[in-house]
Amino acid sequence: MNITLDVDKCCAAGQCVLVAPEVFDQRDEDGIVVLLDAQPPAEQHAAVHEAAAICPAAAIQVDA
Amino acid sequence: MTVGRIAVVGASAAGLAAVEALRRGGWSGELTLVGDEPHLPYDRPPLSKQLLSGDWETDKLGLRTAEQLDALNMDVRLGTKATALDAGTRTLTLDDGDRLATDGVIVATGVRARTLPGLARLDGVHTLRTLDDALGLRTWLSGAPRRLVVAGNGVLGCEAAAVARELGHEVTLVGRDPLPMGRLVGDGVGALLAAEHERHGVRQLTGGLDGVETANGRVTGVRLADGGTLEADTVLLAIGSEPAVDWLRADAALDTADGLRCDEYCAAAPGVYAAGDVARWYHPGHGRHLRIEHRMNATEQAMAAAKNLLVELGVSQDERRPFTPVPYFWSDQYGMKLQAYGVLAGADRAETVLLDKEQRQVAALYGRDGQATGVLAAGLPPRQIRGLRAVIATPGPWEEAHQRLLAAVGAE
Repeated sequence: MNITLDVDKCCAAGQCVLVAPEVFDQRDEDGIVVLLDAQPPAEQHAAVHEAAAICPAAAIQVDA
Repeated sequence: MTVGRIAVVGASAAGLAAVEALRRGGWSGELTLVGDEPHLPYDRPPLSKQLLSGDWETDKLGLRTAEQLDALNMDVRLGTKATALDAGTRTLTLDDGDRLATDGVIVATGVRARTLPGLARLDGVHTLRTLDDALGLRTWLSGAPRRLVVAGNGVLGCEAAAVARELGHEVTLVGRDPLPMGRLVGDGVGALLAAEHERHGVRQLTGGLDGVETANGRVTGVRLADGGTLEADTVLLAIGSEPAVDWLRADAALDTADGLRCDEYCAAAPGVYAAGDVARWYHPGHGRHLRIEHRMNATEQAMAAAKNLLVELGVSQDERRPFTPVPYFWSDQYGMKLQAYGVLAGADRAETVLLDKEQRQVAALYGRDGQATGVLAAGLPPRQIRGLRAVIATPGPWEEAHQRLLAAVGAE
């Protein structure tokens, strides 16, 4: 799994953290997305795909 | 079943999410994506923010590359309007004369900017819904300081006014609401927004728009309902939107009174589903029909509608599931970011907790019929804002939610 973040697009909605808290977090100062785990285990993959799909800024891309 | 065709009408965020969910969900038949704009699917929230300000160029708005769309193996019809749907036979008619027999249709045609009769083609009068609209307005904003009147002080008008003011233009924000976004966010948050616009030098007036003044086919000002006039070089009409349902009106089986009415599964008729700004569906958790014009709902509802359609068509062995999201929206104005969960629209009660006026830290609770249904916050740490979602994830008794809100923001 290859996760790419476009922090410039991130709108700090935090929806990715709500869906996949073990993979994503937000910076305290401005809420911009932070990747906690670039190679999440298989059981996290569905949540990561979900986070990418619902991100309202389309800032998360997942390959494979 | 025979593998035929699904058509998705509307090629913006909802339409794109629908076709992707259909492929992901196992639809291997023909898939047609119809969009009336000439552009590949692009993102709309930046139109009134980063694109309008000039921070971003058009290429940054693209939601998928041409290669990514190719991989979906679709029949993409851009610059094409759907002109009719026969729900009984699931036959779609397009403005190029094509008639498509389908097994299922997902309606994702969104909304159109409302305008006033006779103003649409007038030089200097803009709306802000499409990429072309935004680029047209941006061209004007990129020049020397001029006078802009923004008619309408809802989310769109407020965001555009903020951008124009930051670019140095003389901006007047005119709205029927005494406070910016007041009808949606209530007096407490509205007053905070009014102070913010004032601090940045936006002139704010309360009143309806009667029409525009022109000279030689170009706008020179606006006429207000109370008889006053305002001089302007350019006018932005941000006076709301209308669901794009005209093309569905010929079929009496479809209720298009305010968007396309759907059940809790996002179905408007057998094999006909809707998603995004155009869909008015029954939310069981709120016990009423909702139509939500927010970016996140477009994606979530499209995925739900696509899954349910695949169950109905026998492609998926899952069960159809009611669509019961916790809606989310945000708005950026100057350095302020408003974020909201749940449903604010239609509230009969709003209570604002102003935590720090100087720091513009605020939280607010919204509800109706004794139930809390929505929450909004600005200026709080991300963790606290995320925590607010749980306060109204399911509508519940007002007092209980109010206590939980105060606890979540540390204001007990």
